[in-house]
Amino acid sequence: MPEAIFRMRDVSKVYHVGDLEVVALRDVSLELYRGEFVVLLGPSGSGKSTLLNLLGGLDTPTKGQVDYLDHDLSEGGDEKLTAFRREHVGFVFQFYNLIPSLTAAENVALVTDIAEKPMDPREALALVELTDRADHFPAQLSGGEQQRVAIARAVAKRPDVLLCDEPTGALDVETGRLVLQVLERVNRELGTITAVITHNASIAAMGDRVLRMSSGRIVSIAANEKRLPASELVW
Amino acid sequence: MRIGALDLKILRDAWHIRGQIVACALVVAGGINSFVSLSSVNRTLAASQAAFYEEYRFADVFAGAVRAPESVAASLAAIPGVATLETRVAVRVNLDVPGLAEPARGRILSISRDPSGGLNALHLRRGRLPAPESQDEVVVAEAFSVANSLGPGDTIRGVIHGKYKALRIVGVAISPEFIYALGPGQLVPDNRRYGVLWMDRKGLAKAHDMEGAFNDVTARVGPGASVRAVLKEMDRILAPYGGVGAYDREDQLSHRFLSDEITQNRTMARITPTIFLLVGAFLLYTILTRLVQMQRSQVGLLKAFGYTGGEISLHYLKLALVISLFGAAIGVATGLPFAYAMLRLYSEYYYFPMYGNDQGLNVASAGVALAVAAAALGAVPAAMRAARLAPADTMRPEPPPRFHAGVLERWGLRRALSPAGRMLVRNLARRPLRFAASVAGIAIAVALLVMMTAMMDGVRYLMDWQFTIVQRDDVQVLLNEPRTKSALDEIRALPGVTEVEPFRLAPARVHAGHRMKRGVLFGLDPGPTLRRVVGADGRAWEIPPDGVVLTAIVAGTLRVEAGDTVEIEIMEGKRSRLPLLVMGVVDEPIGFATYVSRATANRLLGEGDVVTGAYMRVDSRERERIFAQLKAMPEVAGANLREAAYTQFRAMIDRSVGIMITVNLVFAWIIACGLVYNGARIALSERGYELATLRVLGFTQRESASLLLGEQAVITGTGLPMGVVLGIGLTLYFIWMLSTQMWRMPYVVTGLNLVGAMVAVALAAVASGGAVGWRLRRLDLVGALKARE
Repeated sequence: MPEAIFRMRDVSKVYHVGDLEVVALRDVSLELYRGEFVVLLGPSGSGKSTLLNLLGGLDTPTKGQVDYLDHDLSEGGDEKLTAFRREHVGFVFQFYNLIPSLTAAENVALVTDIAEKPMDPREALALVELTDRADHFPAQLSGGEQQRVAIARAVAKRPDVLLCDEPTGALDVETGRLVLQVLERVNRELGTITAVITHNASIAAMGDRVLRMSSGRIVSIAANEKRLPASELVW
Repeated sequence: MRIGALDLKILRDAWHIRGQIVACALVVAGGINSFVSLSSVNRTLAASQAAFYEEYRFADVFAGAVRAPESVAASLAAIPGVATLETRVAVRVNLDVPGLAEPARGRILSISRDPSGGLNALHLRRGRLPAPESQDEVVVAEAFSVANSLGPGDTIRGVIHGKYKALRIVGVAISPEFIYALGPGQLVPDNRRYGVLWMDRKGLAKAHDMEGAFNDVTARVGPGASVRAVLKEMDRILAPYGGVGAYDREDQLSHRFLSDEITQNRTMARITPTIFLLVGAFLLYTILTRLVQMQRSQVGLLKAFGYTGGEISLHYLKLALVISLFGAAIGVATGLPFAYAMLRLYSEYYYFPMYGNDQGLNVASAGVALAVAAAALGAVPAAMRAARLAPADTMRPEPPPRFHAGVLERWGLRRALSPAGRMLVRNLARRPLRFAASVAGIAIAVALLVMMTAMMDGVRYLMDWQFTIVQRDDVQVLLNEPRTKSALDEIRALPGVTEVEPFRLAPARVHAGHRMKRGVLFGLDPGPTLRRVVGADGRAWEIPPDGVVLTAIVAGTLRVEAGDTVEIEIMEGKRSRLPLLVMGVVDEPIGFATYVSRATANRLLGEGDVVTGAYMRVDSRERERIFAQLKAMPEVAGANLREAAYTQFRAMIDRSVGIMITVNLVFAWIIACGLVYNGARIALSERGYELATLRVLGFTQRESASLLLGEQAVITGTGLPMGVVLGIGLTLYFIWMLSTQMWRMPYVVTGLNLVGAMVAVALAAVASGGAVGWRLRRLDLVGALKARE
């Protein structure tokens, strides 16, 4: 049995939207293991993003316990969570979230400058095969290229976990597949725990495990006997 | 009335960006406040001056003589161009004011016999005019009455023509001739020790031995007539009667001071509001441009519904209108009381009826119009942008803004900068005009403070100079007529008098070619210590035995320099006119004296060893006694106390300095806060998404705040030193503008001025930046990642 890096026990999250109480997560328990590739599937509002936010230290649970190794993430505290994100987490977003005023290499350097044992920004860009686009500004890159820069930025600090929220959501099939191949490669070569949120059920085949969520609960956890290479995914 | 949905939207938009709206409205308010207060003060002063002059028939020309028979009046009145002419009797008087140890001086003028009041008519404030042919009833000037708490029923003693006389006060009045009453040898009005009085002509003539004669003339000149020609002709006619030179309003002290004040005030009333309203227009432009950008999709939606470009423009213009009207309301509401306070302050130094209560409304409406115009200047370009947006484009998210590495980076700045530093530089470089305007705004805030403190320090310096470096006496004694030097022996012999330095003073004109400057000829004994001639470099001048030393103001007017020859025309006695070599030009900041040795003055005047007064140093324990004795001497026309004048002046300055510093500090703060707060808020709005990303990537609050506020810090940091440069320039401009024919404003910009101004503005910037930085805590990290705006 591989080592459990993340442990969630009986976690609930309740948001207050105006006078409404929205229960985003209900008594969720989950463990994530070293080196695994997890795909989270579920419709809008099922709680996928909330789960990811809790794992990434962007938010704290209303009830329950979230641990990363010996770090308690449920207590919160802005400084503690910021330090956690800085040292351990890489984020990839649906809309890339690149800084428009920085070139590809500089966007990566933004993170390597504050990380402890980062790779060279060029090395990270080489990993996503964008060495020749290093000095381009976001406005000069295609959507797929921008997302690959975002992945390079996320992995350059050698994070322990890579959290991806709909990384292919804004991309066409070809480009999306290319981005997934990069994620697959990072997971394989760096051994980074990778969690990918998606609407797209076809992506499930590339994960070690597939979590299905609905109405704030994990309704099923399935392990894939054999992971399908991203290059063979079709949707 | 039902508010349309679109109007409701703009109201809610306004509420959403209320901080920025308030900041912008306050800048507009500053502009309107300064416009309303300065303009209404200016209009009131100018209107009151004009009305008072007209209603009370202030003369255009003035002349004096030793004694001229009344028959000469007819030939004076016949001078072409003279419309009305009046002869008067004017008498210098020593006054013994109850409760005042030292002698006071006064001038008694005869009241016109014209039933309508004649020229320079009196405006009675209290009491009545002296009874016809009364020999002891006087009307006193209000300034003197207030300073000495004297009024109808009180009696003061005066020495007229060497004889003691009790003068009964029957009325208190003001006159267009003495709105600002400056006694001889005074730099600031000392209404306690100098007063103007009026008596019946017959009574005064009898007391002064002037029956059937006159020694003073005033006249009004008809429209289109040449004042110059009239002056020349008057001089010619009065010369045989000891004429001391005719002059026009330009050289009439009261008129000159009041007019200079009004001119300076008018300049301020133009410059200050302009600065504010330009900054306000810029802020409005940035706020609305950002709002339109944020509401692209809403604009598209409205267009898709069928709203026209014009309607959408109008929609945003309404917001600008609301902001400017809000600012204008604050500006008017604070400006009008401020104007009244300023007018009250003026009324303590300028005695005339303040008309123009109706100015308030006019100025307020002009202010509102100005605020709307400034709003239009800033808002129209932004509104046009909204009108031009194509609906289909607005439905798509805005493409990422284009950036590029600028010139500085290509020169190697790139390597020196962290990625965060590059973000900052590129964001600023992407909008060079916005950057330049923001820097200019900060610079203006600093410059305003530098200029204002420099002016205040300049006035102080001027007076410190006059009262501690030039004058080091305790008392300046003026004799009522030229006397031989031995007349001072009696004064010198008084117990407690330690030093006496005689001087010979005479009114004079200095000519150089066709140029002429009125002033005084100041004859000093060699090696003066109590009243020195000191140049701007601090060097005390020795007055050469021959030749003349001119002050820079006189030399500048005449366009002469050392080595040139000028002609000195003495305006008393035989009115001799003699050429003298200019031995030097002394850069004295105050006054327009022409210095000669006393021996030269005596020679020019064709007299012996004669003096007209002396500077004295006295033992402070004996002061009171010495004053009492001076008062009793018939030959003493009065005494000026250096200490008293200095104190009086300091009190006046300290009070106005307090007000000016507060007002300008508030103005500078409003500008700096408005610029920095708005700049940071807009940066936060434009890049909230970016900052949230950085926070998610592991940047701390402090790191992301420094990125957000770094730009404002660069703007402020660039603006501060530029403000110092601009402030020095502005100071030099004001020095040039404010330098009058009587004194020259010195350039006093100290390190404290500069550092103080920068610190004050920097504090405002830090406070407003901090207020925005605080908002970063509330940044919604999760939300910012979900969707592009």
